[in-house]
Amino acid sequence: MSYTSPPIEKVFPKVESALNGLLRDGMTIMSGGFGLCGNAEACIEAIARSRVRNLTIISNNCGNQGQGLAVLLKNRQVSRVICSFVGGNPDLADLYMKGQVKVELSPQGTFAERIRAGGAGIAGFYTPTGVGTVVADGKEVREIDGKKYLLERPLRADLAIVRAAVGDIDGNLRFYRTARNFNPIMAMAADITVAEVDKLVHRGAIDPDDVHLPGIFVKRVVEVRDHQDVIEHRTTRTLVGRSSTS
Amino acid sequence: MSWSRDEMVRRAATEVQPGTIVNLGIGMPTEVANYIPLDGSVTLHSENGLLGMGPYPTENQIDARLINAGKQTVTALPGASIFDSALSFAMIRGGHIDLAILGGLEVACNGDLANWTVPGKLITGMGGAMDLAAGARRVVVLMSHVSKEGNPKLVSQLTLPATALGCANRIITELGVFDTAGDCFICVVRAESVSQVAIERSTGARVLFTTVTAGRG
Repeated sequence: MSYTSPPIEKVFPKVESALNGLLRDGMTIMSGGFGLCGNAEACIEAIARSRVRNLTIISNNCGNQGQGLAVLLKNRQVSRVICSFVGGNPDLADLYMKGQVKVELSPQGTFAERIRAGGAGIAGFYTPTGVGTVVADGKEVREIDGKKYLLERPLRADLAIVRAAVGDIDGNLRFYRTARNFNPIMAMAADITVAEVDKLVHRGAIDPDDVHLPGIFVKRVVEVRDHQDVIEHRTTRTLVGRSSTS
Repeated sequence: MSWSRDEMVRRAATEVQPGTIVNLGIGMPTEVANYIPLDGSVTLHSENGLLGMGPYPTENQIDARLINAGKQTVTALPGASIFDSALSFAMIRGGHIDLAILGGLEVACNGDLANWTVPGKLITGMGGAMDLAAGARRVVVLMSHVSKEGNPKLVSQLTLPATALGCANRIITELGVFDTAGDCFICVVRAESVSQVAIERSTGARVLFTTVTAGRG
């Protein structure tokens, strides 16, 4: 850690202390990340160790390839998942097919906008996505200016765990590459957000113009330096040819 | 001869016009990127939050935190931008994506598309498929003409759960290029030496051949 101003109450020395008092059975947790990219890995591990149960997880994939949030599934800590994609996540597909975990599938753009709406105080929105599909079952369909739309409701959580590249002591965050994904909008849509950052910096180290997510949305910050950054599909090219998959 | 997989992909690449913003679906559509210019005249969008996606990285360019929607490692071209998932889907839903090339399980001649699930099979979820199908200005479907069981995938009415209604403009299969035209398909290109009869036999709806040209892959 390298702050020059005195530490303030948002900064926590360890993931366990950052999550202290926040975890309970039956709670709803939002977890940023797309597949295994941009997950708050240390927070997920701490939740696994805590053994809290009966969780509702709101996450685009809820882990993948046995890793990330899939660990919570394997521990049977999760009773319900709201997500857009189960492919590549055999643990979730298996528990879902056996009826051991409830899954609510939401189209990815609708899922993202429901989270955004949850953080922005929007009670619902009309979207063209899903009209004429099973996603429309039980939902209001309204024709507006000659086009059909579905009413979708917002998503909120008790706790959001997000990962950022840089955070300052006030919780202002910067993300790195496509590890941004759902992290900023989930940080906005929970009662309490814990940000796991690769690097903690002092107040003023991030220029105001360069803040991706204002610290108003982040209650606790913890620096975690040793992320694994798992690659799901390592695709490369040689400089001679155009591409190859390995 | 019907077109090979690679010929289908190259045919799909001809749909990509300079100056447009394009989203390529997971699977065969992703391979279209191998045949479009890298000079920046075409901008690739990846729905996990990247506009200006480049080719796969070289071994020493690999960055675990720079991936496409298929979770493959990619690169970002000069001029690229990165954003959150809500903004990414605002681009899609807001009509800012000119073309989506998607895979398909069934397409009806009225443009209804099914490409996300088969009842009774393992559930994968729709991911971004419904948003892309409903939101992209033009949707081209790249798929085999018949299923593994030999059933037509170009049909008069969907038998599988829909991804979006009336969204598909064009279908590219190993037998040719087909436009959706309401109550029928219009064959606009027929793969070289594939007969009209062969196409009609493999298609579950009426096909018009009025403007057809025989084409190499």
